[in-house]
Amino acid sequence: MKQFWKSMLRSPSGVIGLVILVFAIGIAVFGPMLFPNSPWRMVQRPFLPPFTLSTVPLGTDALGRDVFAGMIFGARVSLLVGLVSTLVALVVGVPIGAMAGYFGGRVDDALMRFTEFFQTIPSFALAIVLVAILQPSIYSIVASIAVVSWPPVARLVRGEVLSLRTREYVQAAVVTGQSNTWIILREILPNALSPVIVLASLMVATAILLESSLAFLGLGDPNLISWGYMVGAGRTVIRQAWWITVFPGVAILISVLGLNLIGEGLNDALNPRLSREGR
Amino acid sequence: MLSFVAQRVVKGVIVLLAIVVLNFFLIRLAPGDPAAVMAGEAGASDQIFVKQLREKFGLDKPLPEQLFIYVKGVVTLDLGFSFRQQAPVAKLIGERLPATLLLTLTAFAISLIAGVLFGTFAARFAGTFLDTAITVFALIFYAMPIFWVALMGILLFSVTMDWLPSFGYETVGANLTGLAHAADVGAHLIMPAMTLGLFFMATYTRMTRASMLEVKRLDFVKTARAKGLSDAVIQRRHVLRNALLPVVTLAGVHAGTLIGGAVITETVFAWPGIGRLMYDALLQRDYNLLLGVFVTCSIMVLIFNLITDLVYRLVDPRIEFAS
Repeated sequence: MKQFWKSMLRSPSGVIGLVILVFAIGIAVFGPMLFPNSPWRMVQRPFLPPFTLSTVPLGTDALGRDVFAGMIFGARVSLLVGLVSTLVALVVGVPIGAMAGYFGGRVDDALMRFTEFFQTIPSFALAIVLVAILQPSIYSIVASIAVVSWPPVARLVRGEVLSLRTREYVQAAVVTGQSNTWIILREILPNALSPVIVLASLMVATAILLESSLAFLGLGDPNLISWGYMVGAGRTVIRQAWWITVFPGVAILISVLGLNLIGEGLNDALNPRLSREGR
Repeated sequence: MLSFVAQRVVKGVIVLLAIVVLNFFLIRLAPGDPAAVMAGEAGASDQIFVKQLREKFGLDKPLPEQLFIYVKGVVTLDLGFSFRQQAPVAKLIGERLPATLLLTLTAFAISLIAGVLFGTFAARFAGTFLDTAITVFALIFYAMPIFWVALMGILLFSVTMDWLPSFGYETVGANLTGLAHAADVGAHLIMPAMTLGLFFMATYTRMTRASMLEVKRLDFVKTARAKGLSDAVIQRRHVLRNALLPVVTLAGVHAGTLIGGAVITETVFAWPGIGRLMYDALLQRDYNLLLGVFVTCSIMVLIFNLITDLVYRLVDPRIEFAS
């Protein structure tokens, strides 16, 4: 573990990414306590430009709502949806991949055809259709993002399990009569974890992009303000008020960038052989 | 070669059938009784009309039979009727398809050419300032949501500089013909295509760079060098050709993302393609149209995947078609 942090902190992208993520999580958790202005409440005249009043530093939108407050509260939705939908995707993808890789044969064939099917369907289009049909809410959004993002997990885990299954220590466990579940959970999966962690960090980034795109199209949870929704709402007035679309977009950009950098840092730290080869 | 193509086509058709079946059940997941929804969309919801609709679309029949009718409809290119637009779904999609193909293919070409070019440069000058600059830009473009890039493009090139039109396919009411019309459409195409292409360009740049650096260290490159081939030839014929393989694979994987990006790009730029149609269907909760577009997108992805598979086989020096 110590070794892990050491190499993580040695990779510059990992450090920058970590700083960004910690900052973003800090805003998501504590921001709404420090700035209790509701992002839905009208606080000033509409279209107040940014940097004119210190109480509304980033100006107001078309309805006089505080853009800064929206960004603070939006951080919660973006990060929450990103993390939870990635977790759900892992819960679906890891067992499917593990079973396919471990049991092989027909099980593998069936599960992989199923996975490929989901990989072929255009993911964003499917997410749109699912959210539209299930009605937009935080649950339907998380569910549809999870539905479109689990296949790569299953494929990755399958590949890892496939190569680990033939190792001596796994064979030894089989010989000593351990159950399949025990072998998968205790012997194989812990060793397949590092590439999954790298993939998961990148998936959170993709999930945030997906969520913001859905919200931008009007498929966000109507009770929760999110960055994508703000950009979508400011879109029609972009000629009068650039700040309504610019700032939330920068927030998305920075969060996604941070997570991608963490992914690279994790890759350097967890697969040191691979990363050094790349240079 | 032929048997390979046939095999892939059969596989594609099976996947397509599965998608159509999925689609059928998605329609039934939509809130409310489909007949009632359709009647509501048509603006008349009395009992007799609902009953007529039920009979017309076979909604009073058992589910497997309904599924059969639906699949048969899709196979004969009948995707249902859009009551909101008062037109068959297939006709609406057919009208919009060319614009989407123009947009996505242009974006794809831009992103592939620019991405491979930048990636090759970065790999060639690995570790220098040029490499760092390209890598940082690729990282940033990779993290930008497409809808935001689109809006920033409008803000910069339409609102501030007034260089490019901010919406539409052509200048309304200009009635241009021939070359002038093509130039007009081209001017309208630049921003949407660049917007859509930027994210993919970043991906291809990163992929090409990483893959070039990896291939460079392989033994056959050393052999080529030992043979006394010039650096340019090694780079082009040996390194690039092999480094392109993962890029081709990635292009295939990204087909669906490209279509998804087109939905957003077309929405922002009011580009009259099927993406925009999907957004309109979404706003009006026109489920028939929505799912029709969804099936069309899936077919496009399947065709694109088939093409990338073929290209992979052609590019990969390790695979020779036994013919």
